[in-house]
Amino acid sequence: MSKREISLQVNGHPVEAVVEPNMSLLELLRTEAGAPEVKLGCGEGVCGTCTVLLDGEPVSSCLVFAVQAEGHEVTTVRGLAGDGEELHPLQRSFLEHAGSQCGFCTPGMLLTAKWYLDGHPTAGREELRAALAGNLCRCTGYTKILDAVEAYRDLEVVHVD
Amino acid sequence: MSIDTEVTIEAPERPDTEAPPKIRPAPHRDFIEKVAGTLRYADDWGFPGMLHGVVVRAQLPSARIVSIDTSAASAVRGVRAVMTAADIPHNGILDEASGLGVDAIVQPVLAADRVRYDGEPVALVAAETPGAAAEAASLVEIEYEDLAGVFDPEEALRDDAPAVHAGGNRYVTWRSSIGDVDAAMQSADLVVEETYRSQRVDHAYLEPEAGIGWIDSDGVLTLRISTQVIEHAREIAEILELPHSRVRVIAAYMGGGFGGKEDMTVEPFIALLVWKTRRPVRMVWTRQESLLARYKRHPFLMHYRTGVTDDGTIVAQDVRIIGDAGAYPLLSSRVLFAAGVNSTGPYRTANARVESTAVFTNSVPTSAMRGFGAMQVVFAYESQMDRIAESLGLDPAEVRERNFVRQGDPRVTGETIDTGVGVGDCMRRALSELGPPTPPDPARPHTRIGRGFGCSMQPYGRSVFFADRASAWIGLEKDGTMVIRAGVTDLGAGQAASLANIAGEVLGITVDRTSVHIGDSALTPLTGGTFATRQLYMSGNAVLKVARGLRAKLEPVAAALLECDAAELRFDENRVWAGRRSITIGELSRAAEHQSVMPYHHDTFDAETGKFDPETGRGRSFPDCTHGAHAVEVEVDTATGEVRILKYVAVHDIGRAINMQRVEGQIQGAVAQGVGYALSEEVEVSGGVVQSTLFADYLIPTSVDLPDIKAIGLELHPGKGPFGARGVGEPPIGPPPAALAS
Repeated sequence: MSKREISLQVNGHPVEAVVEPNMSLLELLRTEAGAPEVKLGCGEGVCGTCTVLLDGEPVSSCLVFAVQAEGHEVTTVRGLAGDGEELHPLQRSFLEHAGSQCGFCTPGMLLTAKWYLDGHPTAGREELRAALAGNLCRCTGYTKILDAVEAYRDLEVVHVD
Repeated sequence: MSIDTEVTIEAPERPDTEAPPKIRPAPHRDFIEKVAGTLRYADDWGFPGMLHGVVVRAQLPSARIVSIDTSAASAVRGVRAVMTAADIPHNGILDEASGLGVDAIVQPVLAADRVRYDGEPVALVAAETPGAAAEAASLVEIEYEDLAGVFDPEEALRDDAPAVHAGGNRYVTWRSSIGDVDAAMQSADLVVEETYRSQRVDHAYLEPEAGIGWIDSDGVLTLRISTQVIEHAREIAEILELPHSRVRVIAAYMGGGFGGKEDMTVEPFIALLVWKTRRPVRMVWTRQESLLARYKRHPFLMHYRTGVTDDGTIVAQDVRIIGDAGAYPLLSSRVLFAAGVNSTGPYRTANARVESTAVFTNSVPTSAMRGFGAMQVVFAYESQMDRIAESLGLDPAEVRERNFVRQGDPRVTGETIDTGVGVGDCMRRALSELGPPTPPDPARPHTRIGRGFGCSMQPYGRSVFFADRASAWIGLEKDGTMVIRAGVTDLGAGQAASLANIAGEVLGITVDRTSVHIGDSALTPLTGGTFATRQLYMSGNAVLKVARGLRAKLEPVAAALLECDAAELRFDENRVWAGRRSITIGELSRAAEHQSVMPYHHDTFDAETGKFDPETGRGRSFPDCTHGAHAVEVEVDTATGEVRILKYVAVHDIGRAINMQRVEGQIQGAVAQGVGYALSEEVEVSGGVVQSTLFADYLIPTSVDLPDIKAIGLELHPGKGPFGARGVGEPPIGPPPAALAS
């Protein structure tokens, strides 16, 4: 197999790498792109732990080949906060409502929640519950995660009004 | 084996329950790093020149190893080491797990001549790339001679069963009794007899087993591991025949543990490869490898006979439990001990007999998992209570009320329950919180609404015969910030954060001005591992003791500066106050040091100790228990059998909350795992081979499988933790299967 040269954007920064054609986007992000915040949970696309946004859409980065990201924009959890901000308001809400225990599912969970609320800013609790079904958490039982996501949604709704 | 027929109890260090903590909601630093994505887990570290390690695993459950050929594997480009049992200085894991000297069987690090379970480690590979390591692993040629295996624990107990180890398949049997069970059973108006089975389940933490090792300064073999127990450093030293002081284990913050990172995982293998290659080595197990071969929760066979009078009063309990230990002892003796002594539940009886046996089979080993033997039995004893109520036409809550244990009651071991029992309050609260029944949905005619509940008691702290202890160190910097050092490992439940809360309460220092250094066998005072719901009890009490000791040293200095009596001093908001005058903690720290009163302190907390006699089954078992009750409402589709949980309430008497939000989080998470255990999770094993090796097969609850879980921590009866807290990490995992079944 011959290696391929690719370039992509990760959290707004250009990344160039020479990769094996069978390298996953997850491996690229963790090893070559300085993004170890993307976590490997199962490697079979089930747990959602490795979720990133690819051009704004959530994907399991373990199931995407690095070469497929050529020319695209990847957002990891570290891309949520704006310049000069330590945390995005959704991250602060997770902190305030204890939506994170061991924290291993948190990067993927935050990205899925942010993506869904961007498209559905008034989503109710049951819609949010359904939206997060692809991101497993073994610590929280999801109740406090939903509390955190709802509190952030309410913050944003008030802000829009 | 030490056998003392008399029950001797040394005077315990009594927790001070007079000073309730104020909750300081400031988040501890690790949670900020977690939501930011910047926390470095075990697999997020690397070194230049690092190698990648892989375990080669057996592909038969019971076999003799005829030969191992590593030549093809060694020839793969980039391979730096291929190791087998013959390369290990001491091929045995030394862990006297029972504390009572019943462990005679030594588990090899790598199988030498005999394979006892499918997936057992046989060889190790280290290579320059993960790909080369995987390729070489596939080229290690192992020639086996297939041997008969045994996969069912009852069959394993038969005389003609294939022996997993020389000496028979019965590993350990614990027996305790009180009163005259046979006579009481004969006098009973009704005897309810039933057998219950529970299945094998996996911890399924989202972070797979991982770590990295290197040789650090002074030749110290250093391992940074996702582990619950840094004290394994000593076992690793024994394997390599090194002085204990030459091995250091650092515990990374874990992406979940739940008991699955209590026994060693990757660390002995990394240690061997580092020592052989003199290079840094990283090892990460795949999810599939973890599901295949990582130790599971024991399947139990539980036979119960309960004798009651017509009004539902229990007069006798007779319990026999068989636990499938799989191929090696690990912590099975302790798990079955916990199962036996807790098998009668939160119910009083003057006559009880319990027997619990761990049996070897050629299945994947079982060991610690949240609830540790005391959770499987909840389903059984609560099902018995429901059957009793049904048989007698009584209300199930009333039958329980009639039988709940109280402070001062004896347990089956002969010891006395010495703290208050709030299980009845928990039950009443859980039932009332469930509210009015949800009406059936006319649009779903095949569905029925059902309700159930279950009560439990679960110990916290290690069995008292371990003479458990924990040490901690606290110091103040010149700027008034605080440093805590304690060998605690952090599972994600806020173990480090709790220590900051407790010390901050005594010394008036806020969390944002506190750094907690945890989990380093070389640099932090040892506390023992994070398991058995013991860290709040042990490290929490240690930090409380040290903080109070440090404050006592500093109070005379502060009193002189503020020209007041030490009794008038108040430590709050990073200052020391005498009325409305105050100095900063930094000023106090500098003044103390100037007077050669060093602003740091180290001390050790000794847990309650006691003796247990395995011959008579009498003595002291656990320091204390946490009680609780869960209530649930479900919708059942009578056509498909599908169960949808509509409401869930979990109530526990937690004595005192150090942080109520984290208490609720522990309860909610344990409920989720308990619901998975009841409804969807099973490690399926066929002929000794695990079939469910994908997350697509092993189904842990998703967000849509659970309703909002209402978690309530009642502060009723002070326990033995700091400020009267009771441990809450494990207790809430027991009731969900019982509540759902009823």
